[in-house]
Order: sequence, then structure tokens, then C-alpha cells
Amino acid sequence: MPGNSTISTARKLDIAQLRSDFPILQTQVYGKPLVYLDNAATTQKPSAVIQAMNDYYTQYNSNIHRGVHYLSQKATAEYELVRKKVQGFINAEHLHEVIFTKGTTESINLVASCFGRKFLRPGNSIIVSAMEHHSNIVPWQMACEEHGAELRVAPMNEKGELLLEEFERMLDETVKLVSVTYVSNTLGTVNPVKEMIELAHGQGIPVLVDAAQAIQHMPVDVQELDADFLAFSGHKMYGPTGIGVLYGKEKWLQQIPPYQGGGDMIKTVTFEKTTYNDLPLKFEAGTPAIAEGIGLGAAIDYLQHLGMANIAETEAQLLAYTTEALQEVKGLRFIGEAESKAASISFLVGNTHPFDVGEILDKHGIAVRTGHHCTEPIMHYYGIPGTVRASLAFYNTTEEIDKLVAAIQKAAMLLS
Amino acid sequence: MTINARQDEIVEEFELFDDWMDKYEYIIQLGKELPLIDAKYKTDENLIKGCQSKVWLHTEMRDGLLHFSADSDALITKGLVSMVIQVLSGQKPKDIADAEIYFIDKIGLQSHLSPTRSNGLLSMLKQMKLYAVAYQAKSLQQ
Repeated sequence: MPGNSTISTARKLDIAQLRSDFPILQTQVYGKPLVYLDNAATTQKPSAVIQAMNDYYTQYNSNIHRGVHYLSQKATAEYELVRKKVQGFINAEHLHEVIFTKGTTESINLVASCFGRKFLRPGNSIIVSAMEHHSNIVPWQMACEEHGAELRVAPMNEKGELLLEEFERMLDETVKLVSVTYVSNTLGTVNPVKEMIELAHGQGIPVLVDAAQAIQHMPVDVQELDADFLAFSGHKMYGPTGIGVLYGKEKWLQQIPPYQGGGDMIKTVTFEKTTYNDLPLKFEAGTPAIAEGIGLGAAIDYLQHLGMANIAETEAQLLAYTTEALQEVKGLRFIGEAESKAASISFLVGNTHPFDVGEILDKHGIAVRTGHHCTEPIMHYYGIPGTVRASLAFYNTTEEIDKLVAAIQKAAMLLS
Repeated sequence: MTINARQDEIVEEFELFDDWMDKYEYIIQLGKELPLIDAKYKTDENLIKGCQSKVWLHTEMRDGLLHFSADSDALITKGLVSMVIQVLSGQKPKDIADAEIYFIDKIGLQSHLSPTRSNGLLSMLKQMKLYAVAYQAKSLQQ
């Protein structure tokens, strides 16, 4: 525990009570209570989410949108209700601006593919930032390669902060779209996306926001941000895997062609010609992840019950506590020290390899992530093989952080 | 000493430890004691594919016996590498190629290693056996 901590440990949410909502948090690993600090990879699921999916399979499992029978209508109504919940959660202007996908990666691939086909030409460029996850690099590389465009990278400084002035200078007439992460999964940096969008819009350039690491930590309002596209995954916000969202402004979704063909995305099909369905179904080919969608709806209910502002405040306190506690570990070096951070902390201890530290923490029942976190360019930037990353959620406790620190001390001793 | 005798020796050593932290300490110690590979052999060609941490493996044939030296940027991996080298280095290529490696299971390492480490270890063993087969084939041709 930090020696002379000035950080309040009083938190707005009743964490002890909330932890009982998450069955897995009572698990033991190697005979020790699980300390789950890999929330940036995926979050744990509350009983309400598990129950909602169970209810679907046990009470109204059916395909949606086409069936005339009771079960299909019930499943369709429940699934479409989730779209409404997502609309409210991110404050989208229109319901049909909410597209269900498999997750953030598919959402970004959808835009890269469809926007690319419609708008990218040789000599054009796309801007991403230096702290992107591979999922917000590779789809754009593919689109640029296909259409003869250039991928440009907005730089960051040593602290892991985006250089806003440099970014502004890059916004020339060749740029067709900016795609930027809201929160870096590796560095924890919260990017000034609202300002970036304002700057890009000043030049008539649309912006996609990768909110995979933001949506679970803070209120996200697409109208306030004025984002043109916004992507996130269900499993990182206490919902199931295999479901995610692409928000797109109606004007863009109308203009870009569909992503995949088949299923709900058609209006009429003849061998000569197919007419596409209206939004949002135009982008939702095939049978969707129905149970997962319903689980996502339950996750949104759960988060809204807690209040995103409360979650943000609780996690900010825990982040401050963790940062201070980790500073006590001799030789510990933070990778990513932005002024504005969300609850993800990357670090290295002396000359130890992150895999070694991660493996020893695992034997203490502590789950952290080690490696490059699918952000190899960040590792190249810092000249390191990877980091140890402790990523927090509101259900983590200060006691768990104390266990983390003690286990890191032990690992450092063993490995030195 | 035969390959199996070396494996049995390691299994016996591990029986002395009660819990897995002690075993890890021992593996880390082995990693620290592993003679370093000559720097000139730490090349991309000598990197083992499949290891998330880097492992370099160098092979040398001397007096009909195959000698391995290795290094890793991660200490636990280095300890694991050290054990495999203890077992297989300085043996005839045919014996290495034919060897059944059982010590990893017997000391319970397989179930305690993360899958990435476990896969890395298997990749390394596979590579050592491939070298042995290659040297064996070469000696048969001569």
C-alpha cells in the first residue's frame, strides 16, 4: 500500500457489493483468489448478462426479422430493443445509425472497406495515430494498398501523448479520413478526440473514433463528439464476445456501399439485380449474433444502472492509487505517462522480460497481460519487446492492487 | 550419460521442491547459469519460431556428437532452454532424433506453463530434433 497516500480510497460505487454481481470474481487460481487485471483484453460478465443470454436460449431462441411465429417476433423485438439501448447509450441521433457487427475490428474493417471503395483514390491519404492497435492500422493499410492511397501516422511524444499541432499540420487536401483511438489499450492515453474531430472537420475530413477502450470507462456521446463513425466491442464493456457496434452518421452510411452480401442486407434479389435494404440492415448481412446482442443489451442496462460518470470517477481513483503504489517498486518504469489516462497501466521492471514477470504474477493468481498488446509500432517506438499491462475495471479493489505490487516485488527479486 | 538418465536426473531434482514457486526459482537459477551463446550466433537464422520471447539456438557437431548452445531474452525461458540443453546436448544425432522427451510432463511443467511458453518449448525441441535428423542424414551420405 502506498506509504503516505493522499489518495482517497472512498469510492462512489459499493465495490464489495458489486463484485458479487460477477460470479467469476469469486474464482480461485492455483489456490489463490483471482486478481483479474486484464480488463483491457476483455472484461468479466455480470450475472445479468449471463442470465439474459441464458433466457434467450431457454425461452425464445429463434431467428429474427423474418419469422411470423411468436418466438421469432419475441426474439426480434428483444434484439431490436438493444439497438435502441445502444442509441441511448451513445446518444446517436437516429436508431438506424447503430449497426451491429462482430466487434470493433469488424466495425473498422467495414468502414475501411466500404469508405475506401467509395472515396479512396490514388494520391489520397488516411491518418491514424502512432498509438493505434493493429485493428486500426491493418484495415487502413489494406484499403490504402487497394486504392493507391497513403497511410500517414500522427506522431506522439515520449509520454505517449498525441502531438496535436503535428496532427493539425497533416490535415491537407489529400486526407480523406482520420481514424484514431479514443483510449490507447497499451498506454492508457486518452486522446483529445473532440478537438481532433473539430480540427479535421475544419478541413471537411470525417473522423472514425475507435472507442474499444473508452466505451467501458467514460460517458461517450457521439453527437457531442460529432464523430462520423465510432466503433466498439461488447466484450470490453461487460457484455459477450462476438458482438460490437459501428455507429455511423446517416449521411456517410447512406453514401458508402454495403460490406457483405446476403441475408438481411437485401431488399429484392433477382439474378439480374439486387436492391439493398435500408439502414441499418444494409450493413447486417446474415444471421446476427442474437444471444450476444441480447447480452449486450443487458450489459448496457447494467452500466447505466451504475452510471458511467460514477464508473469514470471510481476508476480514476483506482488508477491514481495503482500508479502511486507501483511507483514504490524499485526499477519500475511506466510506458505511457500521459496527463490524461484511462485505467490501463503498462510498465517494465528493471531489465526483466515482461513474460517472466507475467508468468510469476500468474502463479500468484494475478492475471495481467504481457507482450506487445497488438500494438507493435508502440513497442518499436520505445525500443522494447513488450510490457506488463495491468488494466483496471471498477470492480477491482485497492487490496488487489496491493497484492499486485507485492507480487511484482517478489518477481523482481527472483528475476534480478 | 544417456538422454534418459539426464531426464531422470532432472525429474529427481524437481521432486525436492514442494511448491511451484520453488520450481520457478530453480528454473530461473538454471537460466542465470546457462552458458551464453556466442554473440555471433544470435542471428535471425538461429531464432526459434514460435517463442513469444526470443530464443536463439546454435548447433555444432564435434566428434560425432551434436552440441547445442542457446540464449533467450527472458529468464524463465532461458531456464527451460537450459534444461532441454542439459538433456540433449552432447548426444549422438540418432539418439536425439529418436529420443522420447518425458521429463517435461513428469515434472508437471506442461500443465504449469502458459500455452505460449509451452508451444515455444515444443518448437525448440522440434528444431533440435530437426537438426539431429539433418546431421544424421548428412553423416549417412558421407
